[in-house]
Amino acid sequence: MATETPITDSSTAAGPNGSARTAGPGRRRIGSGVLTLFTWLVALVFFLPVLWMVLSSFKQEADASSNPPTFFFVPTLDQYSEVLASGVGSYFLNSIIATAISTLFVLVLAVPAAYAVSIRPVEKTQDVLFFFISTRMLPVVAVIVPIYVIAGRLGVLDNIWTLVFLYTAMNLPLAVWMMRSFFQEVPREVLEAAQMDGASLLTTMQRILLPMVAPGVAATALLCVIFAWNEFFLALILTAVNAATVPVMIVSNMTSEGLFLAKLSAASVLASLPVIIAGWIAQKQLVRGLSMGAIK
Amino acid sequence: MATIVNTGGTSTAGARAAGDAAYARRDKWQRRMPLLPALIFTIILTQIPFLLTIWYSLRSWNLLNPASDVFVGLQNYAAIFTDRTFRQVAVNSVLYTLGCVAFAMLLGIGLALLLDRKFLGQGVVRTLLITPFLIMPVVSGVLWSISMFNPTYGLVNWFIGLFGIPAVAWTSQYPILSVLTALVWQWTPFMMLLVLAGLQSQPKDVLEAAQVDGASPLNTFFYLTLPHLRRYIELGVLLGAIYVVNTFDQIYVMTAGGPGTQSANLPYYIYQRAFLGFDVGEAAAMGVVVVVATIIIATIALRLIFKSFMSTEQ
Repeated sequence: MATETPITDSSTAAGPNGSARTAGPGRRRIGSGVLTLFTWLVALVFFLPVLWMVLSSFKQEADASSNPPTFFFVPTLDQYSEVLASGVGSYFLNSIIATAISTLFVLVLAVPAAYAVSIRPVEKTQDVLFFFISTRMLPVVAVIVPIYVIAGRLGVLDNIWTLVFLYTAMNLPLAVWMMRSFFQEVPREVLEAAQMDGASLLTTMQRILLPMVAPGVAATALLCVIFAWNEFFLALILTAVNAATVPVMIVSNMTSEGLFLAKLSAASVLASLPVIIAGWIAQKQLVRGLSMGAIK
Repeated sequence: MATIVNTGGTSTAGARAAGDAAYARRDKWQRRMPLLPALIFTIILTQIPFLLTIWYSLRSWNLLNPASDVFVGLQNYAAIFTDRTFRQVAVNSVLYTLGCVAFAMLLGIGLALLLDRKFLGQGVVRTLLITPFLIMPVVSGVLWSISMFNPTYGLVNWFIGLFGIPAVAWTSQYPILSVLTALVWQWTPFMMLLVLAGLQSQPKDVLEAAQVDGASPLNTFFYLTLPHLRRYIELGVLLGAIYVVNTFDQIYVMTAGGPGTQSANLPYYIYQRAFLGFDVGEAAAMGVVVVVATIIIATIALRLIFKSFMSTEQ
């Protein structure tokens, strides 16, 4: 930097041809540095609300809700131990059950379905795909009243299995579309070769197809986990005490003790951390899942 | 069957044809089998409730008063279309959706352009930027309504206070703007990721050729990059719109639709009518209206996905 500055200075001051030519790359490097700095700045501003939540979670209550804001403080784990001691275990357990089992169900249903619409396509494949994606676009509010009434009649309100089945239905279309895009990348020759060698359908699936789409299965599972873990609307309406999940816990924390910002922040960090980590890991596959497999 | 009759000259040929037909039928079912569980499951959990919603929408039914459950025809639809609140929340829904998608897309394009070059810490910056999308929507509502927009200790009021601007009660004075801010913050990474995928799929040799031919970066952007990005932007706008129309969590947490119903959207209003007002009939009718509106957007979206992306891979 120190050597470049005089060059650009001399070029603007005197501007002889020779020095102007050497100034080009130097100035571009400075420009690139400024752009990088700007990008970082924008990213940090964008990230600030999350950062502030994390900082607040390590503060004492008085520091968390002070005006002006407290920037320097002695970090404490008090809030985390208080949250963990306040019986959040059952909420997390419910969220883990709803997320893990629904994701498992989604994979069990979606992988064969995706196989059926890509490797050995059934007739009217496009109609089937269209149907799946249209259910994903169906607003939940349009079906929530009957679901609530039926669940009430069946006596499965406030039952975690109700959420498991609904989350399975919620993520299934996305999973079918995403797995389809992975199946389509499998070269046909490999499958034909396996068939020629006399491998049965099941063997072909187990030994050849599944290992090839394994990364796709993992990415699909991660996306389902993200959506199931964050889901609030169905959990709010269909659960009360026994089956309440983490988002419901956050909201009830907020309404009953809204002033305890530090504790609320700690609970929020704990609630969002699993999915944030899952999302960071699945970054590369995120686009593919969000665009229903349209963009790779 | 027709083939059997036609070719049924000798008995052996007939048997072979029958075998072929049976094989074809078995093969058809073998192809369908893996699809059926998913299909049946989806139909039971989505289509049956929706048919029931239509049925409920034709009845006057209050959950607290089982005796009220009678067939009323299209009365609920007449009631909601003359309901001023319904019209207001419908307008809000459009406002949230268009506002969020437009701002998020503009910011997303900007961020994607910043990210589409090699620089120190590129991966970290990208990771920081996608975080708002991953954060639990309920938590993002908490974050904005309390940490950022709280009138007494929120960061935003402290920041504008540095410039001598008096404190603002954001979520009660500007409820729609507050919710919209949280929504744009959450959806910008989504748009950014789609646009970035578009930028990175751009053939590099074309860009280099443009540079060699002396095109300015601005010209390259408007005449080469932007047309290439078009289908990615369209996809982002339509998919984003379908998701944002269903916004519920942030409104529930930040404003509870208030003051009054000023900041409610359709999903929130339906929730209020069904689960706080227990008016099943009208809530169901509103649900049907939302679906019809969504189908219109979704049809355009699906056609687009099929046209611009499926055609390239098949």
